[in-house]
Amino acid sequence: MAVQVQTHSSLIAAQQALGQGGTYLAGGTLVMRGVNAGEVQGVIVRATDPELRRIASTSEGVRIGAGSTMADILASRDLDFLHPVARAIGGPQVRAMATVGGNLFAPHPYGDFTVALIALGARAVLVQGGPRPVEELMRVRARPPLVAAIDVMRPRDMRAFGWLKVSRIKPKGVSVLSIAALLVREGGRVRGARIAFGAMGAHPLRSAGAERALEGQALDATSIARAAQAACLGLEPPTDALASSWYRREVAGVHLRRLLEQMA
Amino acid sequence: MIRGNMVEFRKDIFADERDDNLNEIGKPTRRQDITGHVTGRSPFFDDHLFEGLLHLRCVRSPHHAARIRRIDTSAAQRMPGVMRILTGQDVPVNLNTLLSLLDFGIDDEPILSTERVRYKGEPVAAIIAETEAQARDAVAAVRVEWEVLPHVLDVEEAIKPGAPTVLDIYPGNKFVYHGKYDHQKLRLGDVEAAFREADHVIEGRYQMSPIEQAPIETCGAIAAPEQNGRYVCYTSTQALFFSLGTASKVLATPSSRLHFIGGTVGGGFGGKVDSIHEPLAILGTMLTGRPVKYAWDREEEMQVGAPRGAERWYLKDAVMNDGRILGRKFTGYFDSGAYTRLSSYAIIKGVGHLPGPYTIPNVHADVYCVYTNRTPATAMRGFGITGADFAIEAHMDKVADTIGMNPVELRILNAYRDGDMKAHRRLAKNCALIECCQVVAEKAGVKLSPEMQAASSRVGGGGARAHLPAFTATDEHGRVSGYKATNYARKGAKPPDLPGAPPMAQHVSHQASASAPPAPQHSPATPVPPGPPAPKRAGPIRFSSLSGFRRR
Amino acid sequence: MTFKPISFTLNGSSKAAFATEGQNLLDFLRRAVGDLSPKYGCGQGTCGACTVMIDNVPQLACLVLAESVEGRAVNTAAGLANGPRLDPLQEAFMERFAAQCGYCTAGMLVAARALLDANPRPSREEVIEGISGNLCRCTGYEPIIDAILDVAEGRVQA
Ligand SMILES: Cc1cc2nc3c(=O)[nH]c(=O)nc-3n(C[C@H](O)[C@H](O)[C@H](O)COP(=O)(O)OP(=O)(O)OC[C@H]3O[C@@H](n4cnc5c(N)ncnc54)[C@H](O)[C@@H]3O)c2cc1C
Ligand code: FES
Ligand code: FES
Repeated sequence: MAVQVQTHSSLIAAQQALGQGGTYLAGGTLVMRGVNAGEVQGVIVRATDPELRRIASTSEGVRIGAGSTMADILASRDLDFLHPVARAIGGPQVRAMATVGGNLFAPHPYGDFTVALIALGARAVLVQGGPRPVEELMRVRARPPLVAAIDVMRPRDMRAFGWLKVSRIKPKGVSVLSIAALLVREGGRVRGARIAFGAMGAHPLRSAGAERALEGQALDATSIARAAQAACLGLEPPTDALASSWYRREVAGVHLRRLLEQMA
Repeated sequence: MIRGNMVEFRKDIFADERDDNLNEIGKPTRRQDITGHVTGRSPFFDDHLFEGLLHLRCVRSPHHAARIRRIDTSAAQRMPGVMRILTGQDVPVNLNTLLSLLDFGIDDEPILSTERVRYKGEPVAAIIAETEAQARDAVAAVRVEWEVLPHVLDVEEAIKPGAPTVLDIYPGNKFVYHGKYDHQKLRLGDVEAAFREADHVIEGRYQMSPIEQAPIETCGAIAAPEQNGRYVCYTSTQALFFSLGTASKVLATPSSRLHFIGGTVGGGFGGKVDSIHEPLAILGTMLTGRPVKYAWDREEEMQVGAPRGAERWYLKDAVMNDGRILGRKFTGYFDSGAYTRLSSYAIIKGVGHLPGPYTIPNVHADVYCVYTNRTPATAMRGFGITGADFAIEAHMDKVADTIGMNPVELRILNAYRDGDMKAHRRLAKNCALIECCQVVAEKAGVKLSPEMQAASSRVGGGGARAHLPAFTATDEHGRVSGYKATNYARKGAKPPDLPGAPPMAQHVSHQASASAPPAPQHSPATPVPPGPPAPKRAGPIRFSSLSGFRRR
Repeated sequence: MTFKPISFTLNGSSKAAFATEGQNLLDFLRRAVGDLSPKYGCGQGTCGACTVMIDNVPQLACLVLAESVEGRAVNTAAGLANGPRLDPLQEAFMERFAAQCGYCTAGMLVAARALLDANPRPSREEVIEGISGNLCRCTGYEPIIDAILDVAEGRVQA
């Protein structure tokens, strides 16, 4: 069986085409690799809808078209809080191609941008159906719905958001793991802690252990040590060519501690 | 002009031995092919367009070891674009060892395996199709019935009794050297006596993983029909005539009918000598009458492209309190993977390098070329030396640490000096390790004692240090029987138990066209440069270089 | 097999050629159009040897669907020189011995050109970042970085 490409001018039409089965192609950094290897076959659906690459401020924060690339993020002043995240993905060419929508469904160990979106509590605007937290989308990755845009709120205090990526190759490299944290403090105490990990499971996910250790606490040596200790509770990091599960488990707490110390 | 600020020339050292009034050496120069490189016009093998080009891809074993019960290509045959499917029966001489061109080693590796596979990724069939995508799809449609066999992936596991046999011609999974021993031996003096005499006996175990050369251009070749019954072959090989000779042998075709074009290589580093692609691309062209390209994709390059093999070394040193190393004993295992390729030869080179650049009066080495069910190993920069050197230098640091000596001084103390006898019975000359150590110490801010600072490669060597030991302990350990170099390796002789050996008539006839020069019997294959007369050899040990199994 | 006609601009000249379904831009440029300067090193986006500019943005041709360049402007290393006049980067690469086997060079030059177009005076760190999507197995990168800095800092004239 060979490949058949359909190009649609609207996302609705693309969604309908996908209803018959097929693969949605965004930036193509992963899908085309599959096509080249003969692993992706059958219908490939593209959309040229200009909405896909729109980045606009709304009352809810910023709406990022799902087809926006990492380079688009870096060019947007409204999204400066996400610049360190976008800059950490691939080299210049990959950043010019890799989209936010594709990152949502990129398999392990990819998905660094999504890690940040989850920590920030971002919501996905679907082509069909209401908005859903990005976090929830992770559970339907086998048959993902077509995402039109992402709504993300700018953290009120920039210091409340922290990001760290660990890779073996510098400056470009795939994640051994990545961490994003949103730690809003009220009266010096952490309220509604959100800590997300990349490459520590089948997909980006939150560390309930670390969040619990920080909730209601001041961000100090004691709470940070407890969070580091609890970082991997309930997580089963995969083994791959970059790192073993054991290694990821060993170092996740150390890197979380370093990030939290910077944010304290 | 080129700014040559990357290299510092230390002209103060050995100044009297060198003519500094040279035109090229020491002066930066432009590569002659650089204009092509920067304009994107350098002609790599794949930069040749042919109308009607076909693409060849291989069906590969998903198992480390398996028997092939059946290969069913009928579904693949019916796939769109498929022009021809090759199996081992289509290859004129479907058994080769790379070094047969140097008259060394027994043919052990099928081009397309017919009975057994011995490593993951071993090719068993080749699809030739109109497009690469069609070839890929057809590869997926070939059904192979495998009978999975036990496998072994570790060198020391592989040589244990009862381990699965990788190649029947090498029972015990060890290459046989000179028809006599299941390992390559080096003996100088008596290490056991040295251990008894030493203040310290220091042991170490060192291991190096396989290393992929990873050229940015993957290996490949394009062949096409030419005039006068000739075939042209554009190839990424880094050893054009080696590949020509191999293709000529495998295809039972005189090399005069093969027109090889190469020399523009997108990075080789040793990994582009194996001549895997040329024979199949040419065979595809012979059978389809159309140009055929066979190239690895990146995944194949990494999985089945032969790496520098893994090595494991055990070292044991006899060391005095003052840092002198009296004796050094090695046991080494080279992981050849499933076939010989270049590993047997790499070991000869590696053993010639022992015990490192140090004058050690008692040396003992047993080094094994071990077969495992891993990707066959081949050449890489520092062929045969890199893993051994890693082990030696890591061990030097361990020795220095154990006896509390500055590691640079330990090296200067034990370094070869001009005129010293080396373990393989040649006199050392043009030594420079001491001077290198001194410069490195200076750059690294390591303080040396005045004595070490004053040491020179030209002082203190020779004399008693030029003599061979009066006694060298020899042994028959690892002696094999039934392998007489004379009959075992003679031209046309059938090696024992060789599965799938081609009919002998064919085997002999292609020999006539092989371009390898006849190797003289019982003499070193590398000419010995004229120099001071070799010292009288003591005892029964003679240095012999390449002589392994000879087929002539 | 179905073919799609594609019209686009290559190094400033109008081109039209047919792409097969699902064909990537690298294969299309090399086989259908005949520009052999972008190279295949992986087909997975990891090596950068296939780097080309599409509408002045550096991208990996092996991961671009050929038909998506319809109506767009593609630039490759083959178009870096202006007639017989080489791009200063090409001159600098020659001077600095920034190519050994030469296989990564075309992609590296396009990435470097994209970097300097966007940021004419990059720092050393920015140069390293700018070529971080391109692998070179031969040079160890230092001569390449030096060559790019030579151009950025005006030490090379075309
Ligand atoms: C060399 C290299 C380096 C990389 N480095 C990194 C890295 O550092 N960090 C990282 O996170 N990733 C990395 N990646 C992976 C990848 O590039 C990114 O994750 C990228 O964001 C994927 O986006 P894309 O648009 O290219 O996805 P595509 O390949 O187009 O699609 C990926 C998947 O997402 C689906 N999809 C795409 N858009 C949507 C949508 N709007 N709605 C629903 N489904 C959709 C597709 O159907 C497909 O299943 C790297 C890739 C390469 C080749
Ligand atoms: S071939 Fe495109 S990145 Fe390697
Ligand atoms: S010059 Fe050979 S890969 Fe860069």
